[in-house]
Amino acid sequence: MNETAAQTDDVQGAATARQRREAAATAAADESDVVAASVRGLTKRFGARAVLDDLDLDIKAGEFVALIGRSGSGKSTLLRALAGLDHDVSGELAVTKPVAVAFQEPRLVPWKRVLDNVTLGLRDANPKQVAVAALEEVGLTERASAWPLTLSGGEAQRVSLARALVRRPALLLLDEPFSSLDALTRISMHRLVLRLWERHKPAVLLVTHDVDEALALADRVLVLGDGRIAHSSAIDAARPRDRDHPALTALRLRLLSELGVPAAESAS
Amino acid sequence: MSVQLFTPSVTGGTRVISDRARRRSRGLAGRGWLRLVSPVVLIGIWQLLSVTGVLPPSRLASPVSVAHTAYNLVVVNSPAYGTLQGSLLVSSERWGIGFSLGVVIAVILAVLGGLSRIGEYALDPVMNALRSVPLLGLLPLFIVWFGIGDLPKDLIVLLGALFPMYINTFAGIRSVDPKLGELGQVLGLSRRELVWHVILPGALPQALTGLRLSVIASLLALVVGEQINANAGLGFMMNQAETFLANNVIVVALIVYALLGVIADSIVRFIERKALAWRQEFTL
Repeated sequence: MNETAAQTDDVQGAATARQRREAAATAAADESDVVAASVRGLTKRFGARAVLDDLDLDIKAGEFVALIGRSGSGKSTLLRALAGLDHDVSGELAVTKPVAVAFQEPRLVPWKRVLDNVTLGLRDANPKQVAVAALEEVGLTERASAWPLTLSGGEAQRVSLARALVRRPALLLLDEPFSSLDALTRISMHRLVLRLWERHKPAVLLVTHDVDEALALADRVLVLGDGRIAHSSAIDAARPRDRDHPALTALRLRLLSELGVPAAESAS
Repeated sequence: MSVQLFTPSVTGGTRVISDRARRRSRGLAGRGWLRLVSPVVLIGIWQLLSVTGVLPPSRLASPVSVAHTAYNLVVVNSPAYGTLQGSLLVSSERWGIGFSLGVVIAVILAVLGGLSRIGEYALDPVMNALRSVPLLGLLPLFIVWFGIGDLPKDLIVLLGALFPMYINTFAGIRSVDPKLGELGQVLGLSRRELVWHVILPGALPQALTGLRLSVIASLLALVVGEQINANAGLGFMMNQAETFLANNVIVVALIVYALLGVIADSIVRFIERKALAWRQEFTL
């Protein structure tokens, strides 16, 4: 536990460090587990509107959490706060480092070859070797020296995953990374992400607007509404999951109605 | 101005082209000599107009006559003009000094201004104000200040190169995708790494466009600068020719200027192709 506390990051600075540690310790004691991320009372305002309004969230180490919500519900805002990209938030935020992010657009640096994109900023005794291994895991060994602009969407997103992976994240933040891929590529990316997650066991926060994606991948699905976690469902079904699994079907309807899409409408 | 203007084809975003278009462009790439067809045709028409008397020699000498003049200027060291290669050397030296200093200073200023707010506030308003001063109008002032030697001419060339390079490099730095800046942040890049791996390479395409514009602008400055109070160089040669009403010497000098511009431009384009290889596949 001490180790986690020592590695945590706080947007509010040292003043609240003690408080934060206490909160983290309480959460850990409650659930007798290590937390990868702990959020208390997170609020983010755009003018008068609070996109995130006193939000609480815990992600256990190694837990795969999917966060769904309508567009504009603040999903990405929450992810950006956890990634340390948004300092204009109030509340407490403790995150176990290292944190890695894969964005919706792969954000490869176009003037660096694939391998150099993976090693970019990597502090490791042997960055090249680690990067080659990561590219092998995502099945892109032969594209190591390719320019990013020559990659397909799926390939680029796999490089982005490899780049996140080499940082050995305790928390992996995925911001709708599959939403711009075609359906077939998306399915193989789901399998890849699960495989990588099972092997490396980072805590994952997947932000998505795709209910089926959340159902296929996550241990726990959260619905963001009115600036808070409006709903939370654990999924116990073994992976790989059958889309028509009765428990999933029931949960799908539930989640859709949480998202404001009644059953009749969602039938299509 | 005899230097050909160009449309910087590299400023746009990347463009995905179909296989067929790519094959077609590759096919043309192997036939660079095709680019020579239109100039040759143009010279042919010019010769035709001269021979038929439509274009009298008192206005414009025929291409053959101009070639003959050029040959004479090379082999004969005349008291009026000196030699063509001698003039070319003097002009090239002026241009080389002014252009390279201008580009180096522009890059330094653009990096200082582009990377920090303080730098921007200190430099950018001044640069933009100076840019609006008509460059060639400064020449009389420079002559008053620095006499009639090479210095005022070097300076005018330097300023010609400075502004397009500065403006484009500055804009290039500021137009680097902020999303890549965020990426650098989540990857834990230091500021130095961010500048070196992300910002400067990201500014390079536009900086190279600026370099091409600098070539043109500094050549223009050279031509004008050399015609005032010079005693050597291509501009001096043109001035002398004006006195003697030798319009074919003027044409020779203009053609040499144009060739200088074309050669310099192709060098920059070569650098562009090498330095921007990462997007080569996506441009025609």
